Formats: sequence, C-alpha cells, structure tokens
Amino acid sequence: MERTATFVHQVRSMLQLEGIVKRFGAFTALDGITMDVPPGQVFGLLGPNGAGKTTLIRIITRITGPDEGRVLLNGRVMGPEDVSTMGYLPEERGLYKKMKVGEQALYLARLKGLSKADATKRLKDWFERWEIDGWWNKKVEELSKGMAQKVQFIITLLHEPKLIILDEPFSGFDPINAELIRSEILRLRNEGVTVMLSTHSMASVEELCDNIGLIDKAHLMLHGNVREIRRRYATNTYRIDYKGNRVALANALSFTGELIDAEEQAGEYSVARVRIAKNGTVNEVLRQLLPSVEVHGVQEEIPRMHDIFIRVVNENQPAAVTAELTE
Amino acid sequence: MNKIRLIIWREFITRVRKPSFLIMTILGPLLISGGLLLTSYLGMQESEGHRVLVIDPSQVIASKLKDTDKVTFFVDHALWEDSVFKASPYTVMVQFNDDLLNEPVANIYYKELPSLGVQGTITNELERSIELAKLRDGGIDEEAYRRVRKQLKVKLFDIEKMGEESLEQERAMVGFFFGYFMFIFIFIYGVQVMRGVMEEKQNRVVEVLISSVKPFQLMMGKIVGIALVGFTQFLLWIVITVAIAMVGMATLTADKLDPATLASQGMTAEMSEQLAANDAPMDKNAVSDLIEQINVPYVLAVFLFYFIGGYLLYGSLLAAIGSAVDSEADTQQFMFPVTVPMIVAIVVAQTAVFNSGSAVVMWCSFIPFTSPIVMMVRVAMGNAPLWQLLLSMALLVGTFIFTTWLAGRIYRTGILMYGKKVSWKEMGKWLFYKG
Repeated sequence: MERTATFVHQVRSMLQLEGIVKRFGAFTALDGITMDVPPGQVFGLLGPNGAGKTTLIRIITRITGPDEGRVLLNGRVMGPEDVSTMGYLPEERGLYKKMKVGEQALYLARLKGLSKADATKRLKDWFERWEIDGWWNKKVEELSKGMAQKVQFIITLLHEPKLIILDEPFSGFDPINAELIRSEILRLRNEGVTVMLSTHSMASVEELCDNIGLIDKAHLMLHGNVREIRRRYATNTYRIDYKGNRVALANALSFTGELIDAEEQAGEYSVARVRIAKNGTVNEVLRQLLPSVEVHGVQEEIPRMHDIFIRVVNENQPAAVTAELTE
Repeated sequence: MNKIRLIIWREFITRVRKPSFLIMTILGPLLISGGLLLTSYLGMQESEGHRVLVIDPSQVIASKLKDTDKVTFFVDHALWEDSVFKASPYTVMVQFNDDLLNEPVANIYYKELPSLGVQGTITNELERSIELAKLRDGGIDEEAYRRVRKQLKVKLFDIEKMGEESLEQERAMVGFFFGYFMFIFIFIYGVQVMRGVMEEKQNRVVEVLISSVKPFQLMMGKIVGIALVGFTQFLLWIVITVAIAMVGMATLTADKLDPATLASQGMTAEMSEQLAANDAPMDKNAVSDLIEQINVPYVLAVFLFYFIGGYLLYGSLLAAIGSAVDSEADTQQFMFPVTVPMIVAIVVAQTAVFNSGSAVVMWCSFIPFTSPIVMMVRVAMGNAPLWQLLLSMALLVGTFIFTTWLAGRIYRTGILMYGKKVSWKEMGKWLFYKG
C-alpha cells in the first residue's frame, strides 16, 4: 500500500501514553503504562478481564484522569477540546430506551459539538448507506439488541473523529453485522483514521490489528507489531507434508531437528510437525529429508495470538523485548 | 455551556412530552379542585327536605322551632314506638333525655343519614330553643344574657408598627404555605433527579455521555432540567386550578354562603357574629390587610432564593445517591438520612408558626438542611433580623456549593460502577479518587 511506503521510516504516534498510573484507593489499576499508537492503523488493546483496559480507555477518553503520567495526542498534551476528535464506543453501552432513534443520535452528536444541520445530514447519509431509514422515528426500546448496537456504532462515528476507540465492538452482533462492522473498521483505517480496538477475539486481532498492546495486572506485557510478535514467539516449528516412511523421516531429522508429532493420513500424504534445532535452518532440514521422503509442502507454524495471549498472561512476566512498532 | 444547555433541554423536553406529564397536568388540578368542589357540593346537597320529629317529654321547647326549606320540625311530648316512627313520614327523630336542662343530651334516629349541613341546622335550632328554656327557667333576662355572652375582640399590635393591626400569625401561615410548597417540590423533583440518574446508569448510556461532557455538567443539567419541568407543571397547575375553581365556585356557591342562606340554616345572629369574630382577620378586608402587611416582593425574593438553594442542596445529594446504586431497592439506606432533615424542617416550621421565638426554630433557620423551610416562616412573619437572614443564606450557599461538589465527586465515580453493592465507606473513598 502506498501509505505504508510513505511512512515506512518515520515512526510517528497519533497517541502516546507516558507512564500512566491510576490508583483507586489502595488498588493500583494501571502501573506505569507507556505505549504508542501509530496513526492510520488499527491498534489492538488486549488483556484479560480486570487487567485495566477499560480504565486505560477512560483515561484516553478523558472520562477520568491519571494519577501520574500524561497522554499526548499528535505530539502535544491532550486537552478537554480533544474530546470532540475522539469517538468512543464503550463496552457497557446503551441508549435512552424511551427516546426516538433519530432524535437521540442528533442529541449525542450535538454533545460532541456538531451543529444540528450537520448532524442531521450525516445521520441521514449513514441511515441510507446502511438501509435503516425506517428506524428514525422508532423508539430504541422497539429495536432489537443488534439494531441498537448498529445505531450506537453510527453515533460513535457521526462526528468523524480522528481517533476511534471501540471496546468489544463485535459483541452482540450476528456474523453478518459483525462483518459489516469489520469492513467499516477497515474502511476507516484506509481513510487514515486511527482505531483502537479492545477485544477478546484473537482472530479479529490477527485479521484487523497492525499493532497491539497487551495489558495484564496493571502492567503492559507486550507491545508492538502483530506479525513481529507472532514471529518472536515462533518456536521454529514447521509443518511438513510428505510421502514416505515415517521412521525414515525421523532418522533423517536426527541431527538438525526434532519430530514433534506425525500423523499418517488416510490418503497418500502424511503430515509431520518438526521443530528445528537452534542453529539449524529449514533448508538444512530439507536437504536431509529429500533423499529419504518425498516432500510435498513445507510451512512454518507461526503461533496464533490466542496462544501468545494465554502464554503471556499465564507467565505474567513482561516480555523481555518490545517489538518495534511498524507503520 | 452550550452542552449543559443541550442536556437541560433534553431533560426538560423528554419529560414534558411524556403522556404522564400531560395527564398529571390536567388531572392534578382536576383532582384538587374537583375534590374540593365535590366535598362542598355533597355537603350542601340534600336529596330532599327532612321532616324532623322532636320528642320532648319534659316539655322544654316552648317557642316554635323555625323551619327552613330543608328542615321542617314537628314537636311531640309523648314517646313514639320505633315501629310507629318507621311507618311515619318523618325522616329523623330527635329524642331528648329527661333532665334536658341540666344534662342536655339528645339521640337522633334517622332513616337516611342527614348531611352535615342538616345536622348543623337541627342542632343549632334545638340549642337555641333549649337556651331560651334555660333562660326562662333561671329567670334571666334574655337581653342581659346576650350582653354577657358578647365576646372580647382581641386585636394585636406590634409596638414598633403602631396604627396597623398585627397579623403575625396569619403571615406565619403564609410563610408556612411557601415552606410546605418547597418541601413538596424538593421531594417530588429531587426523587425524579435520583431516578433519572439511575435510569442513565441502568441504560448504560452514561459512559457515552461522559465521553462528551463532564460528569458534573451532566449532573447539573439534569438537576436544572428537572426543576424546569417542575416549574412548568406547577405553573400550569396554578393556572388551571384557578380557572376551574373560579368557574366552579361561581356557579356552585354563589347563593350558598351568603348570610341569608346561613340564617335560613338556623344560624342565629349571635352565632354568625361569633363566627365572624373568630374569622375576623380572614374577611375580605383582612386579606387585603394581610397582603399589605407582607412585603410581597421581599418575601417572594427570599422564597425564590431558599427554594433554589434548597432544591440544589437536596437535588445534588439525591443525584449522588442515584449514581451510587444499581436499582431502586438499594436506595433505601441512603434515602433515609436525606429525608429525615426534610421532615424535621417541616415539623419545626409548624412549630414556628405558633412559637417563633423557640430556640429550635432559631437554630433550624440557620442549619442549611432545614433553613429554607423554617426561615421562610420567620421571614413571612417579619421577625427575622436582616443579619440572621443573611447569615442563614450565606450558610445555605456555602453548603450547597459543598454538597454539589461532594455529590459531583460521588457521581462521577458512581455512574461507572456497575454491579457493586455500595456502602457508606465505599462512597467516602470515592471522594478522594482523583478525577
């Protein structure tokens, strides 16, 4: 993508958190979080329940203030006026049940500083695009949960914020609507909007996020580019599809790698998972295998974010290295 | 500022548009004035005239009992059997005891319960004739007796304000009325504030809101918006009630309460005089005197001040309670300490009407939780020196600034606290969280 090419050497941050500390009485919710969110990307904020994600988001959205540290937006300390450049979809979200959809959306948009005329026009555009024109005069209590969520998503974006923070945006949506939200997130990213996404769905993280920050027990455990992080957690394990004798395969591996498991397939090809020794390479392994078995395919097994998440949280040790943020 | 206006507008318009608001606006005055009119109407109405049979075995009644258009009397000296009475055209039978002059007791037997008005007519007429019998029995000149019975008319004058009769008691009543109005308003609309906050929390709309506006703005917007709803409602009530009452009273009572009618109901001149003496300050002249004596703009200004101050004080505390709880059921333990001072205030205000000099009244007119209602009575009476008034006002302002600040701190933490049973201790901790 052109955008990537332009900024490749210039790591800039849309949002910078510097040493954020937040305490509630004796309880420390956030303990020195320092984190960068590059512009025009989808940033995943991960962490188990109760890790401090929501508190961190509330500090970014200025709902609450940090005890220590500061938040920088485009390189300068954030002020109250920046609230109107942010769109926030909280995890605990809802609407006034007795208010009509259109009226309520206008009200919330105007609280963000939009004029009535602008808000009306943009809202009509959205309703047309999503083909929900008929909802304007419905009361929220007449909508299904999914419908109300859609309205809320629109409200979050109506004032065209430059930084969008979505806390569990997919919860409550059926697969079709979840896909709609997903494509909206990608569309926004392509338009240069920065999206901060907090979710427990690691599949969505792999699919959508460029960079992540993983928080556990008030600390930042992992921070950086998703691909790099996954690579860093790679165990040098390869999946080899082959035809031939399993014992021959195991013997051929003896010096350069270790056979983790092998599976005889019903058909002609078998599958083996091989961990390559520390200083070995996949080429060496292949050289040794080729005389013994017929190799049909080789693929490195990169760990899923799901596994990395569990590993990091269970070990609860901050990662030794922080991966580079990439643009 | 613009945002707070938007919030106020939403709080106002969504409530005023509710069908329940319209229903209450129309129904409230209808119920109040309708109830009043109905009771007075029913009290005056009698399906048909009563024929009263008076059994007077000791022959006390010498003069003719005066009939009215509702009541006709017939006197007999012999006892009637119940069955005879039942079969007779008489609707009411009055039976005197034997020693009527020393022990005036009468039993009234009825076929159909006579209205209070008719009962009054019967009693008055019988009392009058018994009185005459007693005078005759004791050999007392009726003229002399009337002179003796003449009541002492007492007029109160404040030595500082010679020349005008003091209506301090009546002024106190006016003050109490204002105070009572405040009490009702603060209670009804304060609870609405609490409910509104709870609703936003239960709807989960609150976090979206406070990503746009400060929690304090949201809280104040709600408090002010709901107050405006209350003002609107009361204004409409006053207009509608006055209109209904004027029309209703004009048609209903035009001919019911004038002296001629009262006389015809068996009221003697002496009795109506007595009545007039008791009610003297409340006749037409007295009402205008009362208005003259009360410095109306001054009292209204003080009322407005205490009204707004008191509402802000309690409204913010109730908002804080609403923010701290998850459901209506959890409000009880927190509501109690807020309602108690209000009830104390109304009780002390009542005391103040009759005993304005008491120390309790004095203290309660300074304590901000009771001062709006209690001081209102003292101001209307005109016995609150300016320095006391100013001190009380200053204390109120100071306190409501403090309580709104306090409530704001509880509120901003409370509204984001879901599914947690909150204790006093917990709330206390919230005060020290950094915003």
